[in-house]
Amino acid sequence: MAESGQLLPDPKGVRRLIRIDTVTKRYPDGTVAVDRLSLEIPDRSITVLVGPSGCGKTTTLRMINRMVEPSEGSILLDGVDIREQPVNSLRRSMGYVIQNAGLFQHRTIVDNIATVPRLLGWSRSKSRARAMELMERVGLDSALAKRYPYQLSGGQQQRVGVARALAADPPVLLMDEPFSAVDPVVRKGLQDELLRIQDELGKTIVFVTHDIDEAIKLGTTVAVLRTGGRLAQYAPPAELLTAPADAFVEDFLGTDRGIRRLSFFGTEGLELKRAPIVTVDTTAEEVAARTDVDDDVPYLLVTDRDGRPLGWSEPAALAAGPVDVARLLPHGRPFRHGGESLRAALDCAVLSPTGWAVAVDGTGRAVGVVSQQAIGEAIRTAHAERTTGAAGDDGSTGGGALGDADAATGAEVAG
Amino acid sequence: MSGFFDLPSDLQHSWLGLIGLHLREALLPVLAGLLVSLPIAQLCVRFRWLYAPVLGLTTVLYAIPSLAFFVVLIDYTGQTELTVMIPLAVYSLVVLVPAIVDGVRSVPQETLAAATAMGFGPVRRYVQVQLPIAVPAIIAGLRVATVSSISLVSVGMLIGNQGALGNLLNDANIYHRPELAVNSVVTTAALAILADAALVLVRRLLTPWMPHGTRRRAPAEAADAAEAGPEPAVPALEDTVR
Repeated sequence: MAESGQLLPDPKGVRRLIRIDTVTKRYPDGTVAVDRLSLEIPDRSITVLVGPSGCGKTTTLRMINRMVEPSEGSILLDGVDIREQPVNSLRRSMGYVIQNAGLFQHRTIVDNIATVPRLLGWSRSKSRARAMELMERVGLDSALAKRYPYQLSGGQQQRVGVARALAADPPVLLMDEPFSAVDPVVRKGLQDELLRIQDELGKTIVFVTHDIDEAIKLGTTVAVLRTGGRLAQYAPPAELLTAPADAFVEDFLGTDRGIRRLSFFGTEGLELKRAPIVTVDTTAEEVAARTDVDDDVPYLLVTDRDGRPLGWSEPAALAAGPVDVARLLPHGRPFRHGGESLRAALDCAVLSPTGWAVAVDGTGRAVGVVSQQAIGEAIRTAHAERTTGAAGDDGSTGGGALGDADAATGAEVAG
Repeated sequence: MSGFFDLPSDLQHSWLGLIGLHLREALLPVLAGLLVSLPIAQLCVRFRWLYAPVLGLTTVLYAIPSLAFFVVLIDYTGQTELTVMIPLAVYSLVVLVPAIVDGVRSVPQETLAAATAMGFGPVRRYVQVQLPIAVPAIIAGLRVATVSSISLVSVGMLIGNQGALGNLLNDANIYHRPELAVNSVVTTAALAILADAALVLVRRLLTPWMPHGTRRRAPAEAADAAEAGPEPAVPALEDTVR
């Protein structure tokens, strides 16, 4: 993902792939869809336009490829007004993904993906080869190539939509609520896939959604628009959650923005306790010897011989005899130490029957346990660092949001 | 007594010859109607206000009895096949224009927006996206137009034996050979059914992209017409009296 060094504020005059300059869209009946909007779209990162319906986010997106012409102002592509090149060549240089995919139902999957290369005059075989390559990139089985759209699920169709947009390798990708018509599980998969592809390809993506969670998960920068097409706030997601510009943004972010903000705090600093971890074949004497190391831990975490967590047990039960794995308390979902955010850690602690979260390493081995109190302290420390240190220049914004992918869904399931 | 297929010499055709003539007089007008309907329908899609008056006009034209058409046309085109075919072509518009308009309009908004966003110009978009997706609806319209045209050709009998198989009806009357009337009706009906079946086959070949089994899911008009398909033959045959 892009470094936060590329984010706002930007000095005027820096050449951007896309620059929206005081653009207004007024319809003949007098309605103003977009009102004097200016946006510097950072290169090679995802910029999300988010807002309630009627805030002009789709209109703004469609002005970038001239499906809507602005009434005032201009949009610059690589420093040049987009009106200076033929409209169809402009559009062919920008990938476009739409809600419900908008596939050509009368063409096979491979031909759908090959559309823009064919328009650009590539040969049929070269276009198809390129299409097959993209199917693999977006995670579609090549056996689907000769199928027709009606034979694919909604999620697969949307993947085809993304592949089709990428076919001619455009530097810019415009995405108009691409994932809002699929169910939450499929949507999460598509979002993760988009982040993975973006990691590999580094496109300049403008992404429209009405879903603030999607905006925070995907955006490197988020533009919150209010009804009437005015910009309410333009900031990286962490900053949005920390310091909403006004009551509208705060309201739009929802009541749990404090919790969501934890997505941007890492778990590296958490102080883990190793003492309460025992392996399944530990003898009662060894248990007795270990509990006095840490008297304030009321439970022991039992792991298998490889160190993978099995469940919680009271020390007394372990002292009584060999471990009965079936009678252990469930340990809940562990969090990846360092890889996931404080939000994930807190979620694990809240869901754990003992109130303690289990930390694992990348291979799933338990590396320690941590209490709700310790997580609470870490949160207070992190907040204190954020408010004293400069808000903009910590490097964790992008990575934190990425690692939180699982935590967000975990919380939803829990709620 | 002459046989079922022995036709009076005044017809100047064998049974098979009459069939060929009949098909030509019936199908050429539908083809002409299709060629005229395509641009008219495209205009109606482009300028929505045009659709209602166009629909009204085609309906009024359809309401003019063929005899009235003949009376006017005979001054210009004489007692020829053309005089029979012109009204038939005009009649086909009443079915074909709405079929194409509905078919083109049934293309989902997202598909159109995606095509535009990928850099399709209006003409390319119409030919490569809208028309192919409208094919099921267009063929549904063609089926109704074809079947009705096949039965309407018979009326050409009234202007100097230009009614192909319909001429047999007149001869049945003149020569007191009722089996000629039976021959005319049965052969005309068989032609209508075969032509309809041929169009269904064409539709299947042109639309491998439609869901099998649940064909009625895609453009609703196509499905409705498909169900009503074989039936128009019957009222259309009754129409021959016009």
